[in-house]
Amino acid sequence: MSTRLATGGRFLDRNQPRVFTFNGTDLSGFAGDTLASALLANGRSMVGRSFKYHRPRGIVASGAEEPNALVNLGQGAAFEPNQRATTTEIFAGLKAESQNHWPSLEFDIGALNNLVSRFLPAGFYYKTFIHPRAAWKHVFEPIIRHSAGLGRAPKERDADRYEHFYHFTDVLVIGGGVAGLQAARAAAADGGRVLLIEQSAQWGGRAPVDGGQIDGKDPEVWINDALEELEKAPNVTIRRRTMGSGVYDHGYVLGYERIADHTPGDTRPRHRLWRIRAARVITATGAIERPLSFAGNDIPGVMLASAMRDYVVNYAVSPGDRTVVVTNNDDAYRTAIALKNAGLDVPVILDARPQAEGDLPRAARDLGIRIETGRAIARVKGRKSVTGVAICAQAGEGAVLEEIACDAVAMSGGWSPVVHLWSHCGGKLIWDEAGAFFRPDPDRAPISHDGQPFVATAGAASGQMTLAETLKDADSAGKVASRALGLAAGRKGAPKASQPQEGPITPVWMMPQGAGPALRQKMWLDYQNDVKVSDVQLAAREGYESVEHTKRYTTLGMATDQGKLSNINGLAVLSGALQNDIPAVGTTTFRPPYTPISMGAIAGEARGDIFQPIRRTPIHDWHDDNGAEWEPVGQWRRPYTYRRAGESTHDAVMREVKNTRQHLGLLDASTLGKIIVKGPDAGRFLDMIYTNMMSTLKPGRCRYGLMCSENGFLIDDGVVARIDDDTFLCHTTTGGAERIHGHMEEWLQTEWWDWKVYTANITEQLAQIAVVGPNARKILEALGGMDVSADALPFMAWADGQIGGFDARIYRISFSGELSYEVAVPASQGRALWDRLIETGQEFGVMPYGTEALHIMRAEKGFIMIGDETDGTVIPQDLGLNWAISKKKDDYLGKRAQARSHMTDPDRWKLVGLETTDGSVLPDGAYARGSGTNENGQKTVIGRVTSTYYSPTLDKGIAMGLVLNGPDRMGEVINFPALDGSATPARIVSPVFYDPEGEKQNV
Amino acid sequence: MLILTCPCCGVTGEETEFHAGGQAHLQRSGPGASDEAFEAYLFARENPRGVHFERWRHANGCGKWFHAARCTLTLEVFGTYSAQTTQPPQEVLDAIAKRRPGWTEGGK
Amino acid sequence: MSDATSALNGAAYHGYVEVQEAGLRGMITLRGDLASVDIKNVATGLGGVDFPAQGHCNWVEDRGIAWMSPDEVLVMVPHSEVPAALETARNVLSGQHHLAVDVSDARAVFVLRGAGLREVLAKLAPVDMSPEAFPAGHFRRTRLAQVPAAFWLGEDDSAQVICFRSVAQYVFDILSHAARPGGEVGLYR
Repeated sequence: MSTRLATGGRFLDRNQPRVFTFNGTDLSGFAGDTLASALLANGRSMVGRSFKYHRPRGIVASGAEEPNALVNLGQGAAFEPNQRATTTEIFAGLKAESQNHWPSLEFDIGALNNLVSRFLPAGFYYKTFIHPRAAWKHVFEPIIRHSAGLGRAPKERDADRYEHFYHFTDVLVIGGGVAGLQAARAAAADGGRVLLIEQSAQWGGRAPVDGGQIDGKDPEVWINDALEELEKAPNVTIRRRTMGSGVYDHGYVLGYERIADHTPGDTRPRHRLWRIRAARVITATGAIERPLSFAGNDIPGVMLASAMRDYVVNYAVSPGDRTVVVTNNDDAYRTAIALKNAGLDVPVILDARPQAEGDLPRAARDLGIRIETGRAIARVKGRKSVTGVAICAQAGEGAVLEEIACDAVAMSGGWSPVVHLWSHCGGKLIWDEAGAFFRPDPDRAPISHDGQPFVATAGAASGQMTLAETLKDADSAGKVASRALGLAAGRKGAPKASQPQEGPITPVWMMPQGAGPALRQKMWLDYQNDVKVSDVQLAAREGYESVEHTKRYTTLGMATDQGKLSNINGLAVLSGALQNDIPAVGTTTFRPPYTPISMGAIAGEARGDIFQPIRRTPIHDWHDDNGAEWEPVGQWRRPYTYRRAGESTHDAVMREVKNTRQHLGLLDASTLGKIIVKGPDAGRFLDMIYTNMMSTLKPGRCRYGLMCSENGFLIDDGVVARIDDDTFLCHTTTGGAERIHGHMEEWLQTEWWDWKVYTANITEQLAQIAVVGPNARKILEALGGMDVSADALPFMAWADGQIGGFDARIYRISFSGELSYEVAVPASQGRALWDRLIETGQEFGVMPYGTEALHIMRAEKGFIMIGDETDGTVIPQDLGLNWAISKKKDDYLGKRAQARSHMTDPDRWKLVGLETTDGSVLPDGAYARGSGTNENGQKTVIGRVTSTYYSPTLDKGIAMGLVLNGPDRMGEVINFPALDGSATPARIVSPVFYDPEGEKQNV
Repeated sequence: MLILTCPCCGVTGEETEFHAGGQAHLQRSGPGASDEAFEAYLFARENPRGVHFERWRHANGCGKWFHAARCTLTLEVFGTYSAQTTQPPQEVLDAIAKRRPGWTEGGK
Repeated sequence: MSDATSALNGAAYHGYVEVQEAGLRGMITLRGDLASVDIKNVATGLGGVDFPAQGHCNWVEDRGIAWMSPDEVLVMVPHSEVPAALETARNVLSGQHHLAVDVSDARAVFVLRGAGLREVLAKLAPVDMSPEAFPAGHFRRTRLAQVPAAFWLGEDDSAQVICFRSVAQYVFDILSHAARPGGEVGLYR
């Protein structure tokens, strides 16, 4: 059983005990512990159940690569699933629960899967649950859904806060081991800006555990010296608990800083996402040890050899009293020596190689440890924990030579450089025969905007596996980066390092090499997704030759650890089954993030009230205080209606329409786009932009205009006012101001750049209030100061002046069919004007109205609305707007397109009014049914509803729609089927339902 | 995420500050153009695997349109230049020739 | 007009950086040939500072000029002076192709104060806010989180941020979020 050793533990502060809870039980650790080390210290080697077979699983690793020890962390609004115990620093009050078990970790129903595991091989979902069809929905799916998935989705809103941070640097070094420290020192020597980030809470990486000497010093001493130097350097920023999450185009890197995971409840943001732009990136990400594939390699107590010595040295945790070490390389002997030095028993080292004669094996022998070469583990004994190993010859098929009792197994299948970040943006790999791993190919690095490589690796990440080579490589990487940025690199050489000499590794992809099917079914490759050697071999037999297909078929490497342990072992098994070289089989694609990052960090500040910007008019607060129901129009919020106590939304809209038609309505029209177009060529320019002739408009007058794209389709409309000879003011739709301003500038800058025209989007400079209804003139006269009579200010004219003391521009335009003025004042006075109009309007029956009343009134008048009557496929001719298309102009945007055969087709659907025969309201978007079917066998449609409302003015449903040959079919009744099979008959009528002569607006 | 340098205001910014505007150097066809010419103008777009000329707008910035010569494969940017031109300037063509010996416009 | 109000009426947030809406500012968009002597004279005459170089803003007390684009500057004057300033521009520049338009009320202005303001801005804008890359007087049009904005830094641990009036509340909220105590990054001090 694992336990805490009495002394030691580099990371521990034994003066600071920390009580935490696992599965409801209070346990104790120390400051500096990870959840994993603290669980081991409490004898908890089993921490979860596997995904598919619900097998008992223990802690395998000591870092980000951990596949098994995933826990639900926290509670309520701080709950988060799938947190790796190995990267979770403990704090007082931490609450963790194991995952994927029911009803309990110790007794789990799902473990029955384990008994039938031979019926659940790769692809079993695809094969097994096909028949009978009905069984999937009612039997298989509910069972699978109940038992599938890791962790639980949080139920409460995340209580923490998150943020982003943009950072720019010359050189970014990812990884704070000795390679990263040296690369940062070298890169910073000549003043370049350097950012060094380390994912864990500790600097130095593996070196202090693995031993050796750097510049004649203990690694720990050298690390502290290097840190001190970097901390002092003004051009260097260093950051712990910050993971290099992903490397993207042009030197963009995401850094995931876990600020307060270990100090919850302080005032700090929980996570900060660094959005880093680096001219050069050095990944000093180290290497990850590989498991060995032997039967029972997933039983709790089987651990990576390097992790085991991390726990012993860094956390003073003994993973077991008697540990068998199994290896194919010299490095694992360090674990045996560390265990022995900690006073623990190592009954045997099983070395699959025929001989082991390096410095480390010799040192182990000198300590009296038994070493068996050419030997392998036939199987691990035990269920919820290791009880022993059966030993066999690596060269054989697994005949047991001896059984040894033990409670832990340390395994090492060699090391793989962490190439993820190198590969994210296209860095290529080469197979290193001697080291038996893929390593970055420095000749095929990711390319940046300048065509130069921007990512380099340093140290073990390059495949340099000794301390001396690592430091040399890192030093060189730092200098190369500095030089590439035009800075002279420092002259200081790389630190000198010494270490025991290691003998060569012998690749071992299966243990023993001739293992039969029974053993292969118990050799785990991917712990988290429960993929075994037998699954990959089955996939190969079934024809999955591509590594990418095999990955998806078996789910190898598709879990949250993305195959950090399983990748190379899986590839090797696949290549063996395909009888092909490993490099020929190739790797799967490495994608960001390196380890999962929180959704909160990705969102940053964009949550709750600031999830998205909301645009407010100067009168917004009044609307809010007076019952406005909001309608989003782009990012604007406009009042849909102002509901009074006791009223339904519909009632409120009806009241607003009636009041406006009978008395006086006010509309906040501030959101309408307003663009100034000025210059000697402004008229000529607007003649191109609009279908109408704008250059003939007289100063002081307004004209309704249409804008089309070069495709001929209607994109916007609005009233244009000519301010003076040189200057026009173009109104756009509410959502259209930025888009249309951009459209104008695009043509001015990229096509007609010699035309003398300036534009400015002044939408937000002005508050604009529509004063509408029979009493509109009266209220303006009551305000006083401007002559708003029909003679002085006729329909489609405008005037500047002072009204009620406000500097205003008044447009005599109408979108309702009523007598109507739009009064524009500077935005800073918008609210004051609105208040004055409400106050003064009381005697004239004033009421504000919202967008729905606006829509109904414009529909009663047959006015189109961009986005209702248009959808990007409608040309003005479809809408009967030929009167607004100048025949005199040689050219305007869209003119040529409108001459294309499809656009001039007489069978295009055209705008008409629609009146149900029973006065009901047609459903929005309903299609009218023709006779027969089209070439696809679908029922023919001959039109559709584009706008439909109940008109309180006419007391019946009114609609507009686009109908085949519609204008030629006045009076005809067509049918609009509903989903329930019924059909609503509607008569084709003129779209102008109200005051067709326009007498009311022109008074 | 790309970085581009706006030739109009000199700012080097990230992609979120810019807005892509499609192929550069289109020749407008208006009324009177043949169906074929108009179709080519309106719809036919290059989609090269390699050197490409594009229009971009510095939307969250000076608001100006400009042109960029870019490799769609490696995402290298050979140069950015004024939108007020009908063809790439010589220095941009030279930069492309240096990085892509033998490249000719249209990829022939 | 006495009842003219800015978007947020001077709202303030006291975080590790102070965020304060600056109230109404007079602003004139002036477009034209920036090499023209008349344009320069109008801008400097009204703005009361030297004509700014590309990418810069010159600002003294309540007046200044910001370089917006190769054919545009933003001339800043006290809010009440805008009508007269526009009149001046119209007179001097008549006969010359230009555009001078009041945009004072289309904008909101925030003043940030405190040693941490560079990092507060760096939480929201994709801009290198290190002192060497962005010294006082540089003017940057960019985005703050999801909206367009522009800002410059003074010599005195202050920054001025301009955005559109309609999103003033959003910008105030994101600046306040970024300035919340506990969020100190510890850079650029």
